[in-house]
Amino acid sequence: MAYGDRYEMVCGIETHAEMATKTKIFCACSTEFGAEQNTHVCPVCLGLPGTLPVLNREAVNLAIKAGLALNCQIASVSKFDRKNYYYPDLPKNYQTSQYDMPIAQKGWLEIKTDAGVKKVGITRAHMEEDAGKLIHSGESITSSAGSSVDYNRAGVPLLEIVSEPDMRSPDEALAYLTSLVRILDYAGVSDCKLEQGSVRFDVNLSLRPKGSGELGTRTEMKNLNSFSAVRRCLEYEAERQAAELDKGARIIQETRAWDEERGMTLPLREKEEAHDYRYFPEPDLMPLRISPEWIESARRGLPELPAAKRERLTTLGLSAYDAEVIVAAKDVALYFDEALPTCSDVKMLAGWLTSELRGLLNARDETLAACLVRPPMLASLVNMIKEGTISGKMGKTVLETMARTGRAPEDIARAEGMSQISDAGALAALIEDVLANNPKSVSDYRGGKAQALGFLVGQVMRLSKGQANPALVNQILKEKLN
Amino acid sequence: MRLSDCSVLELGRLLRGRELSAAELTDYYLARIEKLDPAVRAYISVLADEARVKAREADNALAGGGGGALTGIPTALKDNICLAGAATTCASKMLAGFRPPYSASVAEKLLAAGAVVLGKLNMDEFAMGSTTEYSAFFPTRNPWDTDRVPGGSSGGAAAAVAAGTAPYAIGSDTGGSIRQPASFCGVVGMKPTYGAVSRYGLIAFASSLDQIGPLTRTVADNALVLEAIAGHDPKDSTSVPGERPNYSAGLQDGARGLRIGLPKEFFTAGLAPEVEKVVRDSARRLESLGAETGECSLPHMDYAIAAYYLIAPAECGSNLARYDGTRYGLRAPGADIIEMFQASRSAGFGPEVKRRVMLGAYALSSGYYDAYYLRAQKTRTLIREDYERVFADYDLILSPTAPAAAYRLGEMSDPLTMYMGDIYTIPVNLAGLPAVSLPAGLTEDGLPVGVQLIGRHFEEALLYRAAFALEQSVAFAARPALTEVD
Repeated sequence: MAYGDRYEMVCGIETHAEMATKTKIFCACSTEFGAEQNTHVCPVCLGLPGTLPVLNREAVNLAIKAGLALNCQIASVSKFDRKNYYYPDLPKNYQTSQYDMPIAQKGWLEIKTDAGVKKVGITRAHMEEDAGKLIHSGESITSSAGSSVDYNRAGVPLLEIVSEPDMRSPDEALAYLTSLVRILDYAGVSDCKLEQGSVRFDVNLSLRPKGSGELGTRTEMKNLNSFSAVRRCLEYEAERQAAELDKGARIIQETRAWDEERGMTLPLREKEEAHDYRYFPEPDLMPLRISPEWIESARRGLPELPAAKRERLTTLGLSAYDAEVIVAAKDVALYFDEALPTCSDVKMLAGWLTSELRGLLNARDETLAACLVRPPMLASLVNMIKEGTISGKMGKTVLETMARTGRAPEDIARAEGMSQISDAGALAALIEDVLANNPKSVSDYRGGKAQALGFLVGQVMRLSKGQANPALVNQILKEKLN
Repeated sequence: MRLSDCSVLELGRLLRGRELSAAELTDYYLARIEKLDPAVRAYISVLADEARVKAREADNALAGGGGGALTGIPTALKDNICLAGAATTCASKMLAGFRPPYSASVAEKLLAAGAVVLGKLNMDEFAMGSTTEYSAFFPTRNPWDTDRVPGGSSGGAAAAVAAGTAPYAIGSDTGGSIRQPASFCGVVGMKPTYGAVSRYGLIAFASSLDQIGPLTRTVADNALVLEAIAGHDPKDSTSVPGERPNYSAGLQDGARGLRIGLPKEFFTAGLAPEVEKVVRDSARRLESLGAETGECSLPHMDYAIAAYYLIAPAECGSNLARYDGTRYGLRAPGADIIEMFQASRSAGFGPEVKRRVMLGAYALSSGYYDAYYLRAQKTRTLIREDYERVFADYDLILSPTAPAAAYRLGEMSDPLTMYMGDIYTIPVNLAGLPAVSLPAGLTEDGLPVGVQLIGRHFEEALLYRAAFALEQSVAFAARPALTEVD
C-alpha cells in the first residue's frame, strides 16, 4: 500500500553546489576538476601549520548573485565560523563555514508540478570550503586496509542552500531541484555538473497523517548526487517510515545513508553520526562587510533567469512547451537568444533548434557550444526555408553539411544547386506537364478524391528533382484543377 | 666592550663601515652558541651552514655599498615561526620531521633585509606555558641564574638575547610570551598591536591573540627590528592595511608631557614588593623626565585570566586539530583511523597542550558555549573598554610585566599558579594593544625586573619614545655573569 494514502510527506533539501570560481575559496589553487591527484594543492589548502586563509572575493560575489537569484536578503555583515570535526579528508580537521550569520537568508523559488505552482522557501545560503576526496582500498574508511586522500577538491568554494521543509512529494522535490540547479547554472554561480559531483544533496523527510498540521520526526539522508537518487531515496524512505508508523513504532531522528546499489536507506553507525561541531567564529578572517553597492553590482551582473526567459519566450509567440524545452538547458537558451535577432520566424527557429539541430548533434555526439553551426547561421537557414528559397527537406540536408563543415547555408544550397524553384511561371510549365501525363489522377481529384492532389504534387516534385517549392506547387495545382 | 654586548644599531655601523664582516660576526656568534648554549639551551636547532651562506651574501651586498640596517646581522627565530626547509618543531614531538616548504612572512622580510638566521629557539610546546619547561625537548635556563627559568613561552628567544648568543630574536606573544621572558631575562620585548605584524607562517596557538614581536637588548634596536617586520601582508587577513610606520623617528622626543596611568588593580597582594618597588621607581623617573603620572583603574582585570583561558584554549583546540598523524609529523599506529588519530595525538602532545585542548573542547561544547565561550568574549569586550576609558585620560599605562622575577625550575608545577603569573600581560592581548617590557631594575638576588608600558592601538612609536626615555634614565647595564666570555 502506497504511503500517500495515509500520510503526507514533508521534505526539505540542503544543496551543496561548488561555485564556479577559477581558484579556491581561501587560496590561489585551481578549482579545475579531474586533475592528477594532489596537484592543485598548496600549503594553505593543505592546512599546513602557520598558513592562513584569504577570502576569494569572487566566491562572495557568486554567493551574492545566488542569493539575489533566489530572492534572498543579502546580509550587510556576514562572517565565517569553524565547524570542528575530525575526518582525514579535512586538512585542518575543521571546515571554515558560516554558522549564524550566513550571507543570504529568507528567499524562495517557484516550482511547477502537476499539483500546480507553488513557492518553496529558502531558509539560507552560506559559503564554505569543500573537503578533499578519500579513496579507499576497501568498502569504507573503517573496513579498508588503506585509504588515500586527494586534496584537489579541498578548499573549492561551496554554497550550501537550505530549503524550508516545503515539499510534499518526490515530484515537488524534483521540481525544486530542477528549478534550483537551473537558476544556479543560469546565474553562473555553479556549472552544476552533477556527474562530476559539483552539486550534492542532503534530504530530510518526515511523514504525518494526512490532514495533520504537525511535523513528524524526520530522518536525514546525506550526499545524494543525482536527481534520480533523490527521487528513489525519498520514495524508499517514505515507504519505510510509513511501515514503521503503521506498526505503531516511533521514527528515530537520525542520519541514514542511501545505498544506491541496493536502493535503500540504512542507519549510519553512531560513531559516524554523533557530532558536536563546536562552532565558533573563524579568527583568521575578518567579518565580511557587504556594501549596498556590491549587492547592486552583483545584481547588474545577473543574466536573465529561467522564469523571466520562459515568460519572454512565450510572449514572443512560443508555446509553453517549446519555451520550457528551450529554457530547460542553458546552452540551448543562450543559443536561441543569439539566433533570435536575425531570424524571421521564432517558432520555426525553436523547432529547428530543439529537434533538428539537437537531434543532429546527439547523433554526432557533439555539444551545442562546440557545434560548427553558429546561431546566426541557423537563423539564416530558417529564413531561407521560411522565404521558400529551399524546402524544409533540403534544409535538413543543408544543416547536416553545415554541422560537418561549418559553411554558411546559402553557400551550401548554391553549390549543391539546391535553390528551390519558387518562380510561378517555371512551376506552371512543370505542372502542365504533370497534368497532361496523369489524366486519371486529375479526374479522380475532380471526382472528389482529395488524396489524388498529393500524388500530383509528388510528381511535380519528382520532375523538379525536389527543387520545386511544395507550398507554391500545391497552390498552383489547386488553382488549375478547380 | 664585547662584540656580544653591541646593539644591533652598533653592529650595523661596524658592518657598513667594513670594520667587521658579516662572516666574522656570524662565526663569532656561532662560536658563542657552541660555548654558552650547552648551559643555557636556548637553541633547538642551529643552522650554521645556512647562516654562513647568508653572511657571505650579506658581505657581498655590503661590499657593493648596499645593505640596510639589518644586513649581515645574525638573529634567531622562535621555533614556531616557519623557515623554509628548516625543521620547525614548536618544541613538540608532534611535528617530528616537519620541514615547512614556505617561510613565515616575518622570516621572509628579515631574509630580504639581509638578516642571518642562526637557528631556531626553544619554547613551551606550541607556545603554551610561561617557563619553557613545557618544551618537549629540554628546558631552557635563565642566563642570570641557570637554576631559574627564562620565562616563556619565548624563553629561548629571551635567553639567547640575554646570553649574547643572538643579537636579537623574534618571538611570539599570545598572553605575555614575549614580555614575561623579556622581563625574566633583562631584555626588551615588544608585543605589537594585533594586526601590526603578519601572522602568516607563525604556527597558531590562539589566532585572535597571537602576535609576533622582537626581543632585543635596547629599545632603539627593538624599534628598528619591528620596522623591518611590521606592515600589511596580503597573506594575513587580520594584518592591518596601510603604510609601515616609522617607529624610530620620535625615539628621542622624551617623556615630557606624557600622561601615564598606573592601574590600581595591578598593585595588589600578588605583586612581589621588589617588583613593585621597581615599577614605582620607574614612575618616579618618568615624572622627573616631565611626564605626569596618576592612578587609573581597569575594573574588569579580575576576569581577564578566566576569559583568556576560555578563548585561547577554544582557538587552540581548533588550531591544533590538524595534528592527527595523517599528513605530516608524528604518526602512531592504530587499528583504524580514529585510533590512529587518538594514538598520534596522545603520543605527540605534552601535558599542557592536552590540558588546553581539553579545556577548549569543553568551552565550545554544545550547551556550554553561552556560559563559557560567549561570556568570555563579552568579558573581552569589557576589558577592551576598560583600556579605552583609561586612554581617554592617559597616553600610556605603566605596570609590572610579571608579579615576580624569574622562578626556579620546577617551582611552577601547579598550572593555575603559572596562569596567574600572566595577570599583567594577558589583558593586553585580549584588548589587542601594543605593550613593551624593558628591564628597569634588579632584585636583591641580582635578577632582572622588567616594567611594562601599554599603549593605544598602533601607538608603538609612542611606547618606544617613553621606553627609550626610561631606558636612558635607568641605564640598566648589568649582564649575566656567564656571558662574560669571548
